[in-house]
Amino acid sequence: MEEVLRIEHLWVEGRLPGNDYVPIVKDVDFTVRQGEVVALIGESGSGKTTISLAALGYARPGCRISKGRILMGDKNILELSNKEKRELRGRSTAYVAQSAAAAFNPAMTIDYQVTEAPVLHGLMKRREASARAIEIYRRLDLPHPETLGRLYPHQVSGGQLQRLMVAMALSCNPNLLVLDEPTTALDVTTQIEVLTAIKEIIRQQNTAAIYVTHDLAVVAQIADRILVLFDGKVQEHGTTGQIVGHPSHPYTLKLMRAVRPVPKTTLSVSDSQKPEEQSAGQPLLRVKDLTAGYGRIKKKVVLRDVCIDVPPGTVVGVIGESGCGKSTLARVIAGLLPPISGEMSLAGHALRPKIKMRSKKELQRVQIVFQMPDVALNPRQRIRDILGRPLEFYMGLSSSHRKQRVHELLEMVELSRNLLPRYPGELSGGQKQRVNLARALAAEPDLILCDEVTSSLDTLVGAAVIDLLNNLQEQLNLAYMFISHDLSTVASFADTIVVLYAGRVVEQGPLQSVIAPPHHPYTRLLLSSIPELRPGWLEDVIKSREAMTAISHAVEIIDVGCPFFKRCAMAMTGICDLQNPPLRTPVSDHQIFCHRDIADLQKAAVEP
Amino acid sequence: MAKLIIRRLLLGLVTMWVVSLMVFGTTEVLPGDVATAVLGQSATPEALKAIREELGLDRPALIRYIEWLGDLATGDLGKSLATGRQVTELINERLGKTLILATLTAALAVPLAIFLGLISAVFPGSFIDRGINTGTLALVSVPEFFIASLLVLIFAVILNWLPAISYITADQSLLKMLRNLTLPILTLTASIMAHMTRMTRTAVLNVTSSSYIEMAILKGVPRLQIVLRHALLNALSPIFNVVALNMAYLISGVVIVETVFAYPGIAKLMVDAVSTRDIPLVQACAMLFCGTYVGLNLLADLFSILSNPRLRIPK
Amino acid sequence: MNEPGVTTRNEPRPNRADDEFDTERLAITGPRRLELGTSAWVGIGILLLWLFVAFFGPALSPYDQGEMISYDSFSPMGETGLLGGDFIGRDVFSRLLFGARMTMGLAFIATVLAFLGGIILGFTAAAAGEWVDQILSRINDAIMAFPSIMLALIVIASLGTSTSVLILTVCLIEATPVFRLARALGMDISVMDYVEVARARGESVWWIVRREIFPNTLAPLAAEFGLRYTYSILFISALSFLGLGVQPPQADWGAMVRENLMGLTYGSLAPLIPAAAIGSLTISINLIVDAFLALSNRDISEEMI
Repeated sequence: MEEVLRIEHLWVEGRLPGNDYVPIVKDVDFTVRQGEVVALIGESGSGKTTISLAALGYARPGCRISKGRILMGDKNILELSNKEKRELRGRSTAYVAQSAAAAFNPAMTIDYQVTEAPVLHGLMKRREASARAIEIYRRLDLPHPETLGRLYPHQVSGGQLQRLMVAMALSCNPNLLVLDEPTTALDVTTQIEVLTAIKEIIRQQNTAAIYVTHDLAVVAQIADRILVLFDGKVQEHGTTGQIVGHPSHPYTLKLMRAVRPVPKTTLSVSDSQKPEEQSAGQPLLRVKDLTAGYGRIKKKVVLRDVCIDVPPGTVVGVIGESGCGKSTLARVIAGLLPPISGEMSLAGHALRPKIKMRSKKELQRVQIVFQMPDVALNPRQRIRDILGRPLEFYMGLSSSHRKQRVHELLEMVELSRNLLPRYPGELSGGQKQRVNLARALAAEPDLILCDEVTSSLDTLVGAAVIDLLNNLQEQLNLAYMFISHDLSTVASFADTIVVLYAGRVVEQGPLQSVIAPPHHPYTRLLLSSIPELRPGWLEDVIKSREAMTAISHAVEIIDVGCPFFKRCAMAMTGICDLQNPPLRTPVSDHQIFCHRDIADLQKAAVEP
Repeated sequence: MAKLIIRRLLLGLVTMWVVSLMVFGTTEVLPGDVATAVLGQSATPEALKAIREELGLDRPALIRYIEWLGDLATGDLGKSLATGRQVTELINERLGKTLILATLTAALAVPLAIFLGLISAVFPGSFIDRGINTGTLALVSVPEFFIASLLVLIFAVILNWLPAISYITADQSLLKMLRNLTLPILTLTASIMAHMTRMTRTAVLNVTSSSYIEMAILKGVPRLQIVLRHALLNALSPIFNVVALNMAYLISGVVIVETVFAYPGIAKLMVDAVSTRDIPLVQACAMLFCGTYVGLNLLADLFSILSNPRLRIPK
Repeated sequence: MNEPGVTTRNEPRPNRADDEFDTERLAITGPRRLELGTSAWVGIGILLLWLFVAFFGPALSPYDQGEMISYDSFSPMGETGLLGGDFIGRDVFSRLLFGARMTMGLAFIATVLAFLGGIILGFTAAAAGEWVDQILSRINDAIMAFPSIMLALIVIASLGTSTSVLILTVCLIEATPVFRLARALGMDISVMDYVEVARARGESVWWIVRREIFPNTLAPLAAEFGLRYTYSILFISALSFLGLGVQPPQADWGAMVRENLMGLTYGSLAPLIPAAAIGSLTISINLIVDAFLALSNRDISEEMI
């Protein structure tokens, strides 16, 4: 196979405030051959995006390519004139960005943007380009290909938009395709569709591709060769089989362990062992028939009839994809959003819906930790003040007591005291999230609501935070409501799982029961959508999904019937869409809301 | 989208209503009773009382307010107290002159300002950009009366190319009219252009840090197209707003130019009305000015909504 | 959580200090340093000069502001005074120094008051709730709809031409855009997660505004203060030019331009000098504000080819 791209001794520098440059990519070499997919794996700061952009001869503002050669054909991209570089882009090379919503111009139609590159580079006239685009839409399995182009980006769903970006990249039939985390921002279930589409079309066009990601499992499905990056250097490289099958470098090993954490279930001793927390005594938090929504006069209902119990000192994992209402749940429990109807109680006493109505003690016992570390901490407050305030507010500690306690808190979250006089802007994402956690701990709560606390963090950093949460939970006998879209993370950590879909609880129960069949059809879909670390998984899933006919529909919130109706392979028209699904309990404590009976659900799980 | 537009319209109406309250309220506060202004200082108390009754000034304020609002709605702006003529007549005389000046200035200033702003945005940090930046900075910092005076000094007094007083009549030739209006047009252009140029530049540059601009670069779209098509389309809203603001100024705020060049426009009309305590005229002019401002802003908002696909076509 | 025989992910944790793959270590530490260009320094220089004049000018002035130095009008520069005489024979230079304190001082007080009012009302509108916000915003819009000179005209015609009325008028007019800015900032920030955290904690609205919202608005508000100050100066000068502002014989830059306008025809620079003073002051502030705002801009234009 002929070589499409050769990168030799690439060095890229980034500019620090103060006009000094430090290297962020150090002496990287690799090649990409025609029809081959080379994956660049690493976390943030590893330089993977910088390298992929350099392949296009582009450096982000604040960066410069300082040394090395990037050869395409026989030309060194770095030595081309501006005009020649422009000609190369969008024509021989194409880029697929991480967030399609940000990469599409909101003021232009999709068709204009998809056909812009070929028309610009003089390859074809607009009419021909539009016709070709429709062809590509069809091959990518997009709905209504003939009229899709006339829409604006905001009218199209996330998964479709991502595929449209692939279409845009392929419109010129490039030699090299650079994909920068194209599925990271998507739901797990949507990811499958997009991954398959990408893989298929690369195969058809025989394009060379660079695939940047942090997810080893995704990479195992699509890449032929893998480069593992850390701190701007290549740590390990080889074929997919080699890396995934026998990783040798310690960093690679670390990544692999973090990517697919072992669920508690597979190592449990016996089934009959019940979690001992279900002792006599009331749950710490009880949520009953909770319905909540947004809007002033006519409310848009986001959660419906949710019932959850959190026993003291346990971890309840709440799983759902975007739009399922899980963040709303956290906000309602925290008192930030009064529910439309339903009750909440904390250790037997009713929990008032609004913060104003709750006592300080009640507020203290339930704390919330948000997802984005960047906006969860006030950029104008020093760390010691951020941590000191809850101590002052809830407990009225004097200044010297506060100081001591703040030191203790920092130790609990494994941060150094050096950070105290700093501002949040000077901390890394993981450090900020730990401060976030420490702030919650300062109140000495019984329950911490963790709203997607690791979703914005790198895998390794997030894994370390989960470790921390685990240890703290044991030490302090805390209860968590751990909200996430990432089932594998939750499964390593939670005692009970609640599965939310379109604002309703569709299944809940002890971890082992939920993960093993019988499942609610949605849970089954979720479980099967988690990419496994073996090549060939993708093809297997597609086959079984065709049996499951899980069409990618947008999540719809409805008033009656089962919300999963339109996506369910086992749906029964006339029943599932018109009546609310009844409760099934395969074992006590395990609830599934489905019209199908347990035997059917059990059978479905066995079939491929 | 229709909902958005209706909402904006309603907001505009509410604002105008609050304006009417303010206008009526402030004219109530003007000292020097109308009656005194009409009859003079030496009027007897009885004569004043009689005049007040005749003009209906002794009735409670609320009733007079409602009556006034009603009259406004039907287009009856009342009679000028100083001259006895219909207010509508007075305004019409001057309105034409103001509109001529405003239109000619706008025709020059708006395209020029946007053009310069775009050039700065296409080559930020370049020599041209810095030149335009310095120029607009200077214009924005210098008082309008100074620009007017300086232009008069140079072109009317020293060079004697153009007249210092701008006198136009209906029967003038177009060329003569333009010649008479050149200095005020130049003054006003200098005054409003700077603001619009800077806003255009800022609005477009703000957009260029978006991800879709980076995407366009990676597709090989050349610089000019990126700024003029990809970026500009998304920067229209603040540009519309700044243009509307300055258009409103051209109609209602050009007191200084009208003073320096003795130009018989509406602004001067209102200044005179205030000094003679000609209440109906003051009220009518104030409502006209505020209505213009609110109306132009509404128009700008409308264009913003229309130009933004996310608002034009909801999901 | 530990069931016997179960190996969870809780392996003995490696000491973070010697974990060579700890990405946390790579975080950029240290605050950003400020870089100001030459134009900003020029602006700062001029501003400092004028501040000095505003404070010490009248004490250092060679003549009093009303003192006659010549029987002729518009006596030339150098002969009778540093910058010549004005239309009735007073020293332009001295009047310039006195006028500095007047113009700059009035504008400053008016801007400070405008900011106090605008910020308090703006944050209230952002934090208090739908109805309060609507009422305040409509009133604000109505005031903004008035052409500023007209509004000043009506107020001054009603209440007279004293300095307090002047300050009040300017304050009212300048407060409206400050309200808009404060309200917009307040609304942007109040949806940030850290504000939600404070709310969830149970903090009072006042505490949230003071400790969470306000510190994050300092930068844009500071820039706006500079701009509003220049507008105040220009506005007061314009009013004085029309005879509505500072009354004679008090020295004020705008009034000086008006008084000496005739001098243009005689070739005197008397009207140009105070205008140049106004211009230099406002340019200097604008330069500083420009540089301040430019600190946060990303330069992607280098990559556009």
